[in-house]
Amino acid sequence: MTTTYPNDLMGLSREEYDRVLAIMGREPSHTELGIFSVMWSEHCSYKSSKKWLKTLPTTGPRVICGPGENAGVVDIGEGQAVIFKMESHNHPSYIEPYQGAATGVGGILRDVFTMGARPIANLNALRFGDPSHPKTRHLVAGVVAGIGGYGNCVGVPTVGGETNFHASYNGNCLVNAMTVGIARADRIFYSAAAGPGNPVVYVGAKTGRDGIHGATMASAEFNEDAEEKRPTVQVGDPFTEKLLIEACLELMETDAIVAIQDMGAAGLTSSSVEMAGKGNLGIELNLDLVPMREEAMSAYEIMLSESQERMLMVLKPDRQELAQRIFDKYELDCVTIGTLTTTGRLVLKRNGKVEADMPVQPISEQAPQYDRPHMATPRKPQIDAKDVKAVDAATALTKLMGCPDLASRRWIWEQYDYLVRGHTVQRPGGDAAVVRLPDSQKGLALVVDCTPRYCVADPEMGGMQAVVETWRNITAVGGLPIAITDNMNFGNPERPEIMGQFVGCIDGMRRACEALDYPVVSGNVSLYNETNGQAILPAPVIGGVGLIADIDRTASIGFKAAGEDIIVIGETLGHLGASLYLREIAGSEDGAPPAIDLAAERHNGDLVRRLITEGKVTACHDLSDGGLLVGLAEMALAGNLGAMLSLPNMLVPMHAFLFGEDQGRYIVTTTDGAHLLQTIRGEGIAAMKVGTTGGPALTGLPGAPISLASLRQAHERWLPQFMSAADAA
Amino acid sequence: MKAAVIVFPGSNREHDVVDALNRASGSKPQLVWHGEGTLPKADLIVLPGGFSYGDYLRTGAIAAHSPIMREVKARADKGTPVIGICNGFQVLCESGLLPGVLLRNAALKFICRNVDLKVENSDSLFTRRYNPGDVLSVPVAHGDGNYFADNETLDRLEGEGRVAFRYCTAEGAVTAEGNANGSARNIAGIFNARKNVLGMMPHPENATDPRLGSTSGKPLFDAIAEALA
Repeated sequence: MTTTYPNDLMGLSREEYDRVLAIMGREPSHTELGIFSVMWSEHCSYKSSKKWLKTLPTTGPRVICGPGENAGVVDIGEGQAVIFKMESHNHPSYIEPYQGAATGVGGILRDVFTMGARPIANLNALRFGDPSHPKTRHLVAGVVAGIGGYGNCVGVPTVGGETNFHASYNGNCLVNAMTVGIARADRIFYSAAAGPGNPVVYVGAKTGRDGIHGATMASAEFNEDAEEKRPTVQVGDPFTEKLLIEACLELMETDAIVAIQDMGAAGLTSSSVEMAGKGNLGIELNLDLVPMREEAMSAYEIMLSESQERMLMVLKPDRQELAQRIFDKYELDCVTIGTLTTTGRLVLKRNGKVEADMPVQPISEQAPQYDRPHMATPRKPQIDAKDVKAVDAATALTKLMGCPDLASRRWIWEQYDYLVRGHTVQRPGGDAAVVRLPDSQKGLALVVDCTPRYCVADPEMGGMQAVVETWRNITAVGGLPIAITDNMNFGNPERPEIMGQFVGCIDGMRRACEALDYPVVSGNVSLYNETNGQAILPAPVIGGVGLIADIDRTASIGFKAAGEDIIVIGETLGHLGASLYLREIAGSEDGAPPAIDLAAERHNGDLVRRLITEGKVTACHDLSDGGLLVGLAEMALAGNLGAMLSLPNMLVPMHAFLFGEDQGRYIVTTTDGAHLLQTIRGEGIAAMKVGTTGGPALTGLPGAPISLASLRQAHERWLPQFMSAADAA
Repeated sequence: MKAAVIVFPGSNREHDVVDALNRASGSKPQLVWHGEGTLPKADLIVLPGGFSYGDYLRTGAIAAHSPIMREVKARADKGTPVIGICNGFQVLCESGLLPGVLLRNAALKFICRNVDLKVENSDSLFTRRYNPGDVLSVPVAHGDGNYFADNETLDRLEGEGRVAFRYCTAEGAVTAEGNANGSARNIAGIFNARKNVLGMMPHPENATDPRLGSTSGKPLFDAIAEALA
């Protein structure tokens, strides 16, 4: 017998539809097919990535809960846990930048407070197209306003982030948002439903027709019709989210909640299916009871709506009134819409009619899993510095400090409230943000990092470097890196070369995580980031969390006082392949990225952290984009204090020495350079003095002194100037 | 000292000001949810920062009509000190306790950074630990902080010594360059006629701990604690 396929398979393949038929034993109803379609979308099922994600290390002595729940949970001692995750909202942000970015923030906040945590910080990682592309300004303006509009209103400080520009993102920007929260380690809330007969309770905003099939939209490539997809973008209401946070946290102080999950991608569908599935139970919902803000919504629309600011809970039966009282206080809906059953089936009723009756377990357990063909990225040649154009230091430095990827992001972060809650110790602009824990000397160091140009040149090194750079940034403020969340942004996985990038990046990340005892506790995958067949530079963005035992024993990047010795820790070999110098000065994106020696990374970093906590250094900065001279310039600008450089004998050409991007390096300042050099070398680690702090300029390089005033102008001018042209348009 | 911090739906800096008052006075202020029937007895009433009711109509406009604000007005009229910070300032203006209105920032963007503030009048319960002309470094975090009133009102405010703080340069010059958000005559904070009500856009509560970047706001809370001890 041949199968008759419906005209609209809602994004499922014919093979996947066959699987639906096998599970159902009959043709699915429209609503049932919709549920399979979103649950088996790439976004919800991780069908192309799961095989590889499983290879990442996810456990460790501090890990309370790794991937698989709403967010990762890590023990930070004294009965406290940090809960965090990062998630992408790339496709919606390209279609409607303000709402796309705003709801990205809202969604990741819910993932964190649904587990019982008070959100204490937000971060974000953004990638936009070439600045000269006509859409770039519009996207930057909208995304930044959206992130600020939502985060500022809910009262969670946006303390850090990163932004890059590259033509590969012209048709597909990346918006990755991360939330970090704090909870009592013995009061973590999970999503597995329990207790047949227990009420299933809907709380928060009402359901409308916005965002229907958003998860499916996010699982396909874009083409010219991107604009037509605007109705799939949700609309955020941060005021309601703020009330929802307070109401949920207040209810979590009681013993009322059995299980809780936010309604994110795939809304009521994924929350009900996942909660019942994890609890090995059935669930029966009367959709007539769902609070709705539009007339005559069908079962299909209710189940697939991605309206924001909603949660689903299983409560103890005698605690419904208590919950009702709390949600009444915040003027939010709180309605029992169904019950848990022992049938193992999801049963949905609407207007007295059964619209869906399907087994819960197979929806997730028999979801398709693919081992997609993957092709390794061919190795790029090593670039010899002698073959790279040498430009005088002042010209190259000024150009780099003002280039789109290095110019000051002040225009962005001044639109975010990074101070609310009153615990921000290190503000945006340093290596990592430092946030104090309430009523404590402890703090968290938070950062997001990724270098896509390394990832495209050598996925394994790029994936490794993304992990290592977060570890190094946390170390550079004095924090102990404890765990990461990842946000894997790639093109179409059905193309072997893209899948090869994914596999390579995961392998590099795995090796770094293992070497640094730095597990992955949560994450998100965003594939199909391409438009008209043009894939993005792969971006496995890493969000790192570090623990600071004493916030009075940290370091920041600014030079502190004149007359201090400047020491570079780690080996300077002058690697220019895939560097910013090569791209911005020599106009080439060629070459292999710098190699990473994981043992040296750990050795160097552990020493730097010790020097900071022991008070042996006065400032610290890790070296990354732009290399040594850019790092020095950033320290000088942050401290508003120059330096007299006296470069040691160089074994490589000067432009490679100054701008090479060798890994595993830090710059520190100290009042006693000779003693510090002895200490570092005593550990078998390379170190050299490169100068002394002081004056209003960087001096000692061939040519005229480079004044801080001119560097500051170059560094601060680019982004505001670029964006104000948009205002004029 | 007994302080009451009013919490509207959408307030979000109530804990910041609680911490600052607690550090200065040694006693923890009471958080009062807007829906609670009565306002407890208090030596000081605080309207904190945030986005009351989402600021969806106009900043502070809906909170100004909240029943608890009738009670706040009555207490203010009797002389109870009231301080409104950021959204609290907006609520004070919308409720008529202070003149003028806060418009969208001149640059049309939210702005979060430390600004320089010149102390104009130290003859008040709130500002007496400062000297006129002192330059403070205090953060702002707002999208609608652009103070506006007609010239007659501005003249009256200035004539009666009711300008508390002005935006200025690091050197203390009250110029357009030092004006963070386009406020009329660089006004950052004002008093009512009796000087028992202060409204200001900047956040002195976020400038009370050296670890957090500045302690310029500390004298304000010390002054309150001292006067109301």
